[in-house]
Amino acid sequence: MSELLHMLDILRPYVAGIALLSGGVIVLIGASGVLRLPDFYTRLHAAGVTDTLGTLLVLLGLILLSGFTLLSGKLALVGLFLLLTSPAATHAVANAAHKAGLKPRLGTVQSQPPLDASGDPS
Amino acid sequence: MNGEFLTPIDAFTVIDLIFMSMLVVVGIAIVRLKDLFAVVMLSGVYSLVSAAWFVSLDAVDVAFTEAAVGAGISTVLMLGAMLLTARQAAPTKPARHWVALIVVCATGAALLYATVDMPSFGDPLSAPNAYIGLEYLKRTGPETGVPNVVSAVLASYRGYDTFGETTVILTAGLGVVLILGLGGPAIKRKKTSAAKAKAAKIDQSKILGAHHVVLRVVSKMMIPVIIIYGAYVQFHGDFGPGGGFQAGLIIASAIILYALIFGIDAAKEAVPPSLVRLGAALGVLIYGGVGVINLLLGGNFLEYNILNPTHPSHGQELGIMFVEIGVLVTVASVMLIIFYGFTSRQPDISDKDW
Repeated sequence: MSELLHMLDILRPYVAGIALLSGGVIVLIGASGVLRLPDFYTRLHAAGVTDTLGTLLVLLGLILLSGFTLLSGKLALVGLFLLLTSPAATHAVANAAHKAGLKPRLGTVQSQPPLDASGDPS
Repeated sequence: MNGEFLTPIDAFTVIDLIFMSMLVVVGIAIVRLKDLFAVVMLSGVYSLVSAAWFVSLDAVDVAFTEAAVGAGISTVLMLGAMLLTARQAAPTKPARHWVALIVVCATGAALLYATVDMPSFGDPLSAPNAYIGLEYLKRTGPETGVPNVVSAVLASYRGYDTFGETTVILTAGLGVVLILGLGGPAIKRKKTSAAKAKAAKIDQSKILGAHHVVLRVVSKMMIPVIIIYGAYVQFHGDFGPGGGFQAGLIIASAIILYALIFGIDAAKEAVPPSLVRLGAALGVLIYGGVGVINLLLGGNFLEYNILNPTHPSHGQELGIMFVEIGVLVTVASVMLIIFYGFTSRQPDISDKDW
């Protein structure tokens, strides 16, 4: 039993590193999605991925690094807070856009009118 | 002097440089944009980036305040102010103001010239690191028993300054009240809002339930937690980053969140404007009252040692705690006064604004 715990303790920084790196990659993917995706709703989708999965993986990595301490408890609370608030915020923004009458772009890229600078269909 | 600028570049320097260039980019974007909504959001981003930069510079207390004020409350207050005005900046003709350009260039050149005489970052011989700063670090532990030196300096050694700041905040709230009014007489307002709510009860609940059910559920879960967190920040401020200013902002933002989701009338019933007005003055009274009690006990104004003659450091802790409570009450109340002042001009935050 203690050997298993020792093994896990050796593995801990590596697992933490993997979690931190993959979290960082996901944040990067989300950022490129916000820049590259065609309309408001798809961009929001990319931003939502950054908020939830990316940040939570980074937090998981930090929790693993700090071990069983008060700090990791605080990080877990931050994670819980993010898990509740970011989807709600994404929902609120999407809901507001929908209520304001912003239509999602449907169909292929060729069938759409070109976008102006602000990202709204001109 | 010249040799000290050639410090080796480490990871923190790179991070600082990235944050500073982000600040410049956001600043330029704010200047160039005409859409006021985007400007307000970007000013929130600016505060958040500078808060992150302050963390990287180890100024955690300042970063906390910056995040709470700049990114939190002031964004909401700006949005509240924007409800009363237009969404777009008034179009101005691009004109060349040569005098302004000359003034800006001269000021910039003077500032750049002044940086040459500044001590390099982390210089142990610079004024804040050598004389009084060192003295504070040495004496705070034995004299006040408060581990967080920032809290001790803010509330005890510089107690007069913080008293002045609290009064300034109260004055800011009074200024908003003088310009925007108190939101109508309190009793009449209550009657009409209750009557309106009764008349529109079914209708309103249908509309709110249809649109904001997710927000309502999440914010109902969050608001108590936010207020508890505010209390934690308040009473943990002696040990870690935090204190009255931050806690007041956090508690005020919880109530503002309630107002945003459930309507301004519901928030005014939960936290009546009369109570908020009372609180703004009460906080300053608590702060000043601690000083007066010290005077009555035979000490100087805000000399907390006298509160516990056998253990002066316990007296310090007690005094700092009460003073921070005064700051909390005033800050939270004044933020709500400003918020109520801005939003009372509208009958309600109508659904169209979402």
